[in-house]
Amino acid sequence: METLPTADSAAVRRIVAEHKGRPGPLLEVLHAIQGELGFVPAGAVPVVAEELNLSRAEVHGVVTFYHFFRRSRPGTHTVSLCQAEACQSMGAQALAQHARARLGIDFHETTPDGTITLEPIYCLGNCACSPAAMIDGQLYGRVTPQRFDALMAQTKSPK
Amino acid sequence: MTTVYIPVDSGALSLGAGEVAAAIAAEAARRHVALQVVRTGSRGAYWLEPLVEVATPAGRIAYGPVTPEDVAGLFAADFLQGGAHPLRHGLTDQLDWFKGQQRLTCERVGIVDPASVADYERHGGYQGLKRALALSGAEIVQQITASGLRGRGGAAFPTGIKWKTVLEQTAAQKYVACNADEGDSGTFADRMLMEGDPLTLIEGMTIAGIAVGATQGYIYLRAEYPHAYAALKTAIAAARDAQYLGANVAGSGKRFELEVRLGAGAYICGEETSMLESLEGKRGEVRVRPPLPAIKGLFGQPTIVNNVVTLSSVPWILAHGAEAYANFGMGKSRGTLPIQLAGNIRRGGLVERAFGLSLRELLYDYGGGSASGRPIRAVQIGGPLGAYVPPEHFDTALDYEALAGVGALLGHGGIVVFDDTVDMARMARYAMEFCAIESCGKCTPCRIGSTRGVEVIDRILAGIDGERNVRLLEELCETMVQGSLCGLGGMAPFPVQSALKHFREDFRAHVS
Repeated sequence: METLPTADSAAVRRIVAEHKGRPGPLLEVLHAIQGELGFVPAGAVPVVAEELNLSRAEVHGVVTFYHFFRRSRPGTHTVSLCQAEACQSMGAQALAQHARARLGIDFHETTPDGTITLEPIYCLGNCACSPAAMIDGQLYGRVTPQRFDALMAQTKSPK
Repeated sequence: MTTVYIPVDSGALSLGAGEVAAAIAAEAARRHVALQVVRTGSRGAYWLEPLVEVATPAGRIAYGPVTPEDVAGLFAADFLQGGAHPLRHGLTDQLDWFKGQQRLTCERVGIVDPASVADYERHGGYQGLKRALALSGAEIVQQITASGLRGRGGAAFPTGIKWKTVLEQTAAQKYVACNADEGDSGTFADRMLMEGDPLTLIEGMTIAGIAVGATQGYIYLRAEYPHAYAALKTAIAAARDAQYLGANVAGSGKRFELEVRLGAGAYICGEETSMLESLEGKRGEVRVRPPLPAIKGLFGQPTIVNNVVTLSSVPWILAHGAEAYANFGMGKSRGTLPIQLAGNIRRGGLVERAFGLSLRELLYDYGGGSASGRPIRAVQIGGPLGAYVPPEHFDTALDYEALAGVGALLGHGGIVVFDDTVDMARMARYAMEFCAIESCGKCTPCRIGSTRGVEVIDRILAGIDGERNVRLLEELCETMVQGSLCGLGGMAPFPVQSALKHFREDFRAHVS
């Protein structure tokens, strides 16, 4: 079984302690772990299970049910491209094709230099400004391939 | 000092509203001009975003879409006095796009500072709660019933009946759970409300809690909406500071607490029982009903589960009376609906109107036709589980029953427009693929059926045994509709069936 580095283990225990008293705390705990460590390491699962008095299977089941929780460390920046219908009607699939070719990776992959993780996402609620993308929590609309390239340049070397 | 309104709505920010605000502040400083900038939600005219409005004695004057490069020119044209400029559209309220709208639920979105209780009150906020506090729980529920309000999340269940059921339960703890898991493509009314006027939702939930005796509310918000999360947290803190939340709501002695909980990217959690499981910190698997959430909901307690738009309609109904609300609309669809025009449309955004206007009015009068300039071939209404509607049905009225009459559903009021380059067989495949990705896995028709659906459509697309596979697909759709536990597997076939019915030629192209 994978064990966590001491610092991470302490962080996980502190996070669980902060949320333990709240009703139904598991998702909140996992969000906080991912917020701090960038992902939910396998080694965090038994710690969370023990602290919340759940089985490891229950915690694993929740981590793997939700698309948002990652089980491996993402790149420095996460780029999510909306692939839902409204964005498809404005060329989201062509944009995804362009992004894959430009970055040299497929969806759910990270560039070899570790800078960019590319993810599909199903609706960002920006459907009147399609196609939409989200980069590190910032929303972008009417993303043409040219605008995508400009955003990538800006993401990799911010001003 | 002139007041300038610039949206902080994430959709407007996605088009550069933040950069425009910075450029306006910098140019004002350079020119030593004093101005007050108020960051509001979006008015909903996304085709004009970033939209900058200037307060004048006659009303707000609209300039848009503004880029940072336009800012120096706007100052030179004296836009702070409403000066002429190519981007000037006159009074925002007098634009054709806004003039005919009937904004009730979204009346303050884009108008007020979403973080300010004082601004909210200046624009009629908390009048509904004050009326509600003078009524008994049963009287509040009676108002909601009489208004004819039906669930705006898609199921269109009468809200008053739901509330009445919760009111009649005896329990140590009841809850109000707001479904803010707005996952349908083509919908953004929840997001606009939460970012642009979150206090309306908070007030609506408070009224719901006081009506049925629930002291704790949860907003289950999708993780894809970080801006709405921040706006809600800020507004909840402001409402608490102003004593509109907490142990003594508006001095009434009644308690109502509110918390935002984040989802984690599962579409199924928009289904109410799955959402409750998720709120409890579990896998978002659908529960078997009965028992109804109104009887045994969150943590096994009686729970009101309503969508953001539904709960945000409550303050208006209480403030203006049930009859005033019911005077809008047609047939069994009373009140207004915030309609979201999305996808390949020239003038996309939020149009709130009474039920009953036609799709054609929406698509051409408001929307101005497709963004690409090509003919509109299909619209999908009600998200990824909604049917595709062909042009021959564009004169159908937007009303729950009228749309059902042509085999479509209104859902959350999102309309996604496609031009004539769309391949409807591929859209049908996507519907099944989406269902396969998002199925919670609990029931077989949905979990297995969606995967088999993708495979069958792939065979049709590859030209393998076309006629037979189309028949197989039709049977599979029927099985999923009849046999699935909830709306995901039960409705995912709707877009497929409608594509087969109205756009059969797209499948035939592959059949030969």
